[in-house]
Amino acid sequence: MGHDTNYQDRDFKIVGTRVKRPDGIDKVTGRAKYGADTFAPGQLVAKVLRSPHAHALIKKIDISKAEKLPGVKAVITSADLPDLTGSNRSMTDILENCMARGRALYHGHAVAAVAAIDEQTAKQALKLIKVTYKQLPHVTDLDEAMLPGAPIIQDFVKQDGQPSNIAGISTFGHGDVDAGFAEADVIVEKSYKTEQTHQGYIEPHACLASVNSDGSGELWVTTQGHFSFRVVCSTLLGLDMAKLKVTSSEIGGGFGGKTHVWTEPLALALSRKANRPVKLVMTRDEVFKASGPTSSTSMDIKIGAKKDGTITAATAVLRYQDGAFPGIWGMLGAMTAYACYDLKNVKTVGHDILVNRPKVAAYRAPSAPMAAFGVESTMDLVANEIGMSPLDFRIKNAAKEGTKASYGPVYGPIGIGPTLEAVKNHPHMRAKLKKNQGRGMACGFWFNFGGQTCVDLNVGPDGTVSLTIGTIDVGGSRASLSLIVAEELGIPYDQVRTNVGDTASLGHNDTTEGSRGTFSSGMAAIFAAREAIGVLRARAAKMWDIPVEDVVWANGTATAVGDKHSNLPPLSLKQIAAKAPSTGGPIAGHNEVVADNAGVSFASHICDVEVDPETGGTKILRYTVVQDAGKAIHPDYVEGQFQGGAAQGIGWALNEEYIYGADGCLQNTGFLDYRIPVCSDLPFIDTQILEIPNPNHPYGVRGVGETSIVPPLAAIGNAVSHAAGVRMTHIPMSAPRILKAIEEAKA
Amino acid sequence: MTGVLVSTTINGDPVQFACPTDEVLLDSLRNRVGLTGAKEGCGTGDCGSCSITLDGRLVCACLVLGVEANGREIGTVEGLVENGKLHPLQEKFIEHAALQCGICTPGFLVAAKALLTKNPNPSEEQIRYALAGNLCRCTGYDKIVRAVQAAAKEMRKK
Repeated sequence: MGHDTNYQDRDFKIVGTRVKRPDGIDKVTGRAKYGADTFAPGQLVAKVLRSPHAHALIKKIDISKAEKLPGVKAVITSADLPDLTGSNRSMTDILENCMARGRALYHGHAVAAVAAIDEQTAKQALKLIKVTYKQLPHVTDLDEAMLPGAPIIQDFVKQDGQPSNIAGISTFGHGDVDAGFAEADVIVEKSYKTEQTHQGYIEPHACLASVNSDGSGELWVTTQGHFSFRVVCSTLLGLDMAKLKVTSSEIGGGFGGKTHVWTEPLALALSRKANRPVKLVMTRDEVFKASGPTSSTSMDIKIGAKKDGTITAATAVLRYQDGAFPGIWGMLGAMTAYACYDLKNVKTVGHDILVNRPKVAAYRAPSAPMAAFGVESTMDLVANEIGMSPLDFRIKNAAKEGTKASYGPVYGPIGIGPTLEAVKNHPHMRAKLKKNQGRGMACGFWFNFGGQTCVDLNVGPDGTVSLTIGTIDVGGSRASLSLIVAEELGIPYDQVRTNVGDTASLGHNDTTEGSRGTFSSGMAAIFAAREAIGVLRARAAKMWDIPVEDVVWANGTATAVGDKHSNLPPLSLKQIAAKAPSTGGPIAGHNEVVADNAGVSFASHICDVEVDPETGGTKILRYTVVQDAGKAIHPDYVEGQFQGGAAQGIGWALNEEYIYGADGCLQNTGFLDYRIPVCSDLPFIDTQILEIPNPNHPYGVRGVGETSIVPPLAAIGNAVSHAAGVRMTHIPMSAPRILKAIEEAKA
Repeated sequence: MTGVLVSTTINGDPVQFACPTDEVLLDSLRNRVGLTGAKEGCGTGDCGSCSITLDGRLVCACLVLGVEANGREIGTVEGLVENGKLHPLQEKFIEHAALQCGICTPGFLVAAKALLTKNPNPSEEQIRYALAGNLCRCTGYDKIVRAVQAAAKEMRKK
């Protein structure tokens, strides 16, 4: 059934208010149940044995001693996970990533797993598993992995028929960049590097798996996509999809890192073998080593411009590290690099590179922050060369409605220009700076995503309304969706409750990624509410015994229109619900939709820093986020997304990085050595929400979750470069790196 | 495995549990007593998600052994509600949208309460340093600091 998804301008009564979230009390009292917070009768505890080597052949795994340890109920290796993936290579990659198949591809790659009666026994059993390895040459640096003679990570990956670590090359752009550079008065070329970072969600991956002898099962898991987990897990284990019920727990952060399975298939396999429920919780050490961090990158950026500030040509050659399995990260970098600008001649090439590191996963606007770091740093350099303010240079070249984006499509109404104008008018830009302080700004883009979505809306016998959704709620989306339903039905917010359903309760919902939760479930909720209004009108008509055409729905009540019915008092939702048994049964609305046309999102950030020239240490003094939300359904949680993304970007820009030793092993697998920003590192983060409606959503909603992490690396890079008087080209700009750059500039 | 019987007071109630001598208090609370409000984010005392009080002192439950709780008073997030009423910190965290995913929230509440017990009128900087042992990856701390400021103000009125 088709729906009118077009934006309709309207005055909102409830949408846009700052109501209390429905899960708030559970979360402040400790009652909310996350991945590790549930228990099953007779449950076992699982632990995973991981490779101590970066790259090694697994010659033999002897599990006999572990199996004999009293209290051990199951031990599995890859032999317990036969390859059922057929010709689906990406599914095979997931299987191989969950447990090594003859070869450990990175430090921390799972090689065996144990389920035992308690944690102590499981840990003891791991020590009794004897693995015979033959170490192989390894490579963890992406530039080294591209050199001739580098150790080959995957034999099936080839370039020009030869084994290669280049898993993909993606080219985007239009025009003639050579001709464009020939027209330029100024050309700046610069190379940049960014190190690998982790999403750093505070809740480690956790699940409780239970598979019965008849092949039916349940999985309780912290995930961004329980329906997708069902597809992957049932495929890998050869279970019928309908017989595996997956329930998403409350989720303690994801940021893209909980879009993929890591240990869940192992928990299911252990449960099947032991015929008992199995709980598997990763340690923080395991999360760093063997979940899915984001790419490290290296890139070459070249921008040419005329003296009047017009960019004549721009190119980017981007190399993104995928870990040990092919991904699309270089491609996404190449698509997003120049998305903020209106360019006649542009070409970007993204390379996806394999190394002996964990399989890269999405991290909030995946791949965009690194490309933006290269492009937005170079934008500053070009502006400086032609003597224009970096802000005016960006305003002059900003993409607008009708611009052909560097990655292909033609933009509708977009927010990059308005965010830049807002920056220009912001008092932050006029605040005075002192010695050793610098200001930077940068822009960012993210596509946003819609995808398969379905919801159920049910009117209870007492007239309260429950909405069941299949996207997960990681930052307040249940409040936003309740607001949308209340708005559409014309009833108070507290009369609506939104719950996340399990995979047995709804049809397939795509993973909650691409900032799609409120956008797509919101769209489906609007259509479901409209369907329910149709039912409510019909029931009122029946109660009154008048034609349904004579009944309108407004302000939460059915009203009979026309002179003939002027004596009929309006019927409330509660009154209609009470009569449901005699007017046709339960009242509900449903919707299934592919929520296409998620509105693209743009942001501009301003940052002030102070750099200590003696230590190289950087302090963030002031930070402002300006972003287009389309429509802010719940402004508190929109601001929260802006602030959270900026804070993650600050950590990435200044401090966070995966550090590998010469042995290919990860050296900083805890929050002490992989230091994310703490409360005392940050100032208040100012936000300004712009609302340029997405023409393809009834309420104008665009996703808001990801774009906020795109500009920070570059905004801080520009600020630090101005404060330190030396251009920073390597992220993170940790104190030693800044100090080295200052000293090299002096020499 | 050697088990030991531990007698303790949790949120004012007498509680006994038996645990192995090498088990951390966080695991005892979560797996034996059934109090899952304290979370394990790291297991190394770096994230503060398992913040509790032990005889009034703020500690990470992942760095204390279960047996060390013997004869001592434990305070957890489950004990913040008094007489069925949310603590002002709990109210303000909800009101100010100071949580997104909420996994760090119990730890922040326990740590913030410990701060306000010692210092009812902390400056922004004092709040930021007092909470620097609690990691939040969602909020950028902005709304958390504002919620603690609002709760402190509310509590000073009483």
